[in-house]
Amino acid sequence: MLLIHCPYCEDSLPELEFAYAGEAHIARPADPSTLSDEEWRDFLFIRTNARGPHYERWRHISCGRFFNALRDTVSDRFLMTYKAGQPRPQLNEAAE
Amino acid sequence: MSRFRIPGKGRVDHAAPVSFTFDGKTYRGLRGDTVASALLANGVHLMGRSFKYHRPRGAVSAGSEEPNALIGTSRGAGRFEPNTRATVQELRAGLVTESQNKWPSLSFDIGAVNDRAYMLFSAGFYYKTFMWPKSFWDKIYEPVIRGAAGLGKSPTEADPDHYASRYLHTDVLVIGAGPAGIAAALAAAQSGADVTLVDENPEMGGSLLSDPAVQIDGRPAWDWVDAQLGRLRAAGVRLMTRTTAIGYYHQNMVGLCQRLTDHLDTPPKGAPRERMWRVRAGQVVLAQGALEKPLVFDGNDRPGVMLAGAAQTYLHKYGVKVGDTPAVITSHDSAYYAAFDLADSGARVAAIIDTRDAVRPDLLDGARLRGIEVLSGHTVTTTRGRLRVKSVRAAPMRGTHVGTGRDIACDCLLMSGGWTPSLHLFSHTKGSLAWDGQTFLPDRKTEACEIAGAGRGLWGYADVLADGAAAGLRALEGLGRAGHPAGFRVANDRPGTGASHTELPTDGNPGKARAFIDFQNDVTAKDIRLAVREGMRSIEHVKRYTTNGMATDQGKMSNINGLMIAADALGKQPPQVGLTTFRPPYTPTSFGAFCGYLRGETFQLTRKTPIDGWAEANGAVFEPVAQWRRAWYFPRAGEDMHAAVLRECKATRASLGIFDASTLGKIEVAGPDAVEFMNRMYTNPWTKLAPGRCRYGLLLGEDGFIRDDGVIGRLSPDLFHVTTTTGGAARVLTMMEDYLQTEWPELDVWLTSTTEQWATVALNGPNALAMLKPLVQGVNWDDFPHMSCAECTVAGLPARLFRLSFTGEVGFEVNVPARHGLTLWTALMEAGKPYDITPYGTETMHVLRAEKGYIIVGQDTDGTVTPADAGLDWAVGKAKKDFVGKRSLSRPDIVAKGRKQLVGLLTEDGSLLQEGAQIVLDPDQPKPMKMVGHVTSSYHSTLGHPIAMAVIEGGFDRMGETVFIPMPDGVRKARVTSTVFYDPDNTRLKA
Repeated sequence: MLLIHCPYCEDSLPELEFAYAGEAHIARPADPSTLSDEEWRDFLFIRTNARGPHYERWRHISCGRFFNALRDTVSDRFLMTYKAGQPRPQLNEAAE
Repeated sequence: MSRFRIPGKGRVDHAAPVSFTFDGKTYRGLRGDTVASALLANGVHLMGRSFKYHRPRGAVSAGSEEPNALIGTSRGAGRFEPNTRATVQELRAGLVTESQNKWPSLSFDIGAVNDRAYMLFSAGFYYKTFMWPKSFWDKIYEPVIRGAAGLGKSPTEADPDHYASRYLHTDVLVIGAGPAGIAAALAAAQSGADVTLVDENPEMGGSLLSDPAVQIDGRPAWDWVDAQLGRLRAAGVRLMTRTTAIGYYHQNMVGLCQRLTDHLDTPPKGAPRERMWRVRAGQVVLAQGALEKPLVFDGNDRPGVMLAGAAQTYLHKYGVKVGDTPAVITSHDSAYYAAFDLADSGARVAAIIDTRDAVRPDLLDGARLRGIEVLSGHTVTTTRGRLRVKSVRAAPMRGTHVGTGRDIACDCLLMSGGWTPSLHLFSHTKGSLAWDGQTFLPDRKTEACEIAGAGRGLWGYADVLADGAAAGLRALEGLGRAGHPAGFRVANDRPGTGASHTELPTDGNPGKARAFIDFQNDVTAKDIRLAVREGMRSIEHVKRYTTNGMATDQGKMSNINGLMIAADALGKQPPQVGLTTFRPPYTPTSFGAFCGYLRGETFQLTRKTPIDGWAEANGAVFEPVAQWRRAWYFPRAGEDMHAAVLRECKATRASLGIFDASTLGKIEVAGPDAVEFMNRMYTNPWTKLAPGRCRYGLLLGEDGFIRDDGVIGRLSPDLFHVTTTTGGAARVLTMMEDYLQTEWPELDVWLTSTTEQWATVALNGPNALAMLKPLVQGVNWDDFPHMSCAECTVAGLPARLFRLSFTGEVGFEVNVPARHGLTLWTALMEAGKPYDITPYGTETMHVLRAEKGYIIVGQDTDGTVTPADAGLDWAVGKAKKDFVGKRSLSRPDIVAKGRKQLVGLLTEDGSLLQEGAQIVLDPDQPKPMKMVGHVTSSYHSTLGHPIAMAVIEGGFDRMGETVFIPMPDGVRKARVTSTVFYDPDNTRLKA
């Protein structure tokens, strides 16, 4: 069982307390009505499906907050977690 | 004294006989025996039959890797367990055991005809033999296969035992308490670190228990073990025996299964049978040792053929001589020690047959001293004996050629093909492996772990002890602590090396050789070669085609032999072919241990409303809804469900019904931007909804499909009381939080779950208003029409009162703080007496709402239904610029013709349809028929006939048409109607 670091609680806690919430950094368009069918389809359904480091959202059920994480989908290891709204960190930042 | 027991020898208690039965016959063993050692002491080698060919088999090992000696064990009703390894099950008084895969008896078995027909059962036979004719499948192949399949008998009764679970945090977890593990634990314990040492056996000491002549620091091995365990105990190290590390998971979490009572004559009352530990360790030391590998030759599976190390263990741990005249076939030095120890205990060793040309001089001297003939450069080409080996044929060997052989009489054959490091737990971590020319060794690590001793290919006690101590020190360093290195003086050490082989050559017809690799699944060397010939290239394919390594022992003995032969057949090096993946659990683990406390009433929590006790006292029948238990109906004496529900429905329509709606999800949406938030989340417009009014709200996913619904009241300009479906409350709150936190953090809104803060009682019926009015204070009845809400008091209790209806009658929902729920309910029951107030349950609620065509999200919708599909277009605020899911409502697929739409159905013959039944337009079309939809809701009703709802392709355009519902007892005809079966003009609501 993974230990996941909640950036709001600032604690590493068992994965049972967390829920996966999809790929990160896919902002809802400010005005969906201006999008073509193809653009809206891409927003709804098209995902990176990365093999390796993957930016994704998690929810800490215990505190209720959504946050972002960089997780390697091959090793299933969390490289880092960060608060919602923070910019996407680069891979080399995660390595530090 | 049993015939093969050596008086006074071993770690068993010779003064404590224990009786048990095997296949109905009573045997005597000793306290400290396993079932296998006790049977061997009685001269019984035949312990079971193999899975496929039903070949007679005996114990081949003395540990948890045993593939053959699987037995059923029993301790009375519900406590039968199949596939227990006889080599692990400790003897206890009155233990009842039985062999498996045999009929009518172990020594005479009808199923053994499979053995004669083995040509039919070669690799991949599942895929070939039963292919044709197709018509044979249902009637012949499948019943026969099902009858023959399955290992052991499944128990049929519920398990009366209970199982415990614990968490443990420890600095250093050492797995395996052999010499390396003990040395590692000693090193780790010296700095005050919290250390845990676990071992799957009843006693710690590992291989030292089978090598008592070894001396460490001047003490005999057993004395040394006792002294070190005492030191560990004194240092506060947690020592856990009968505890198997079953899996190694992320971030140093290890699962341990501890067996607590299976070895006890009489378990203490209430004691758990097993306990699952979830251990989070700072550092892990893997000291699991190595498993001995069988040699692969014709007839290597007869009872009496066993691993040399196992014979040594039976001798020293249990005082059991596995035979009077053992022969030995080996490619590793270690088997010589087993032969020497048996000879020194009175056995006459017939010969040591060594596949290697050169043998270490001191081993040859040891053999000469004991008068044992050594045949170097020889192999065993075949064995004889039906239920027990009685002779082996030894022949000189040059590569794959064999010379003239001779038969050597024996009553058992000890084999050793070398040792395989136990890589299972290391492989669970996806650690990489390196090939050293003979076997795989652990290489790159992914976790904070150390591997010590035979588990990384070391041999000889001096090396293993030093390695264990070093691993313990490295673990300490990993924790940022330091310790002193320890040295061990070892005398009478037993170092050794060996050679590795594929299958050994035979002097008989090679096509008929039965050289087994996977004993339990009856996989032979030929099967592996056949699989490669038939095109299997990946070791994973070879495994699945032949079933090699797929038995309950998970290839502990067979994987490396299978790989060597597959690699040879492919003309590749073993590392290029690779090893199949080891997966948890390390040994078979009971379902009970995994479930722990989560079974029966404690499987999951049961949520109860404040009115639940009243319902129970008043005879309610309950049903589970999400995690809630809800009153389903309230039968009176002599009523069945149908009669009770019809009475409840009619009473509500005629006068007054009362219903516990406390399970409704409730969320408070508060704040200056609450109305903006509601506009964005729900399809409906909220800006113009005045405080004191409520509205039916519809929630979509961003994909445009219905997610939830419920009536929402605006209590004040900045406060909404949202209700959700019973099962959807948590999901809706999570979805709202997601948007609020991550898409619109600028909105000034607070979301609070209030589901359990409010008890909710629904009153419905033409007399609801008259009955309620006198109890209410703080409501202006002149301005409280249908779809109103107010904060007021009801029966003197603070309340949020909603006027709404889920039945089509005049209706109210009274919310009071949960602690007042029962008070409110009893007050309303009392006040309702003049109106024959009738409590009703969820079934009546369903019928009444269905008569009005009100949908239940998740029953009439399934995640592919849009508001338009459900006939709820009126609830969509089309003038709003945006809301969650709006853009999707104009996607091409959503506006396309022919979508499934929600309609009503009335059967022509007045029969009740089955929910989930499929609908077709032409019942005479050939199969498979084109299905155009399915029944979503179906009930008996108050209308004199059953009603149903269904989703049907293009349903809105099929009003009045007839559709067909094929059922096992015939085709039903039904007319497509509106979903509103009762009071379509809502006259009763407005009354």
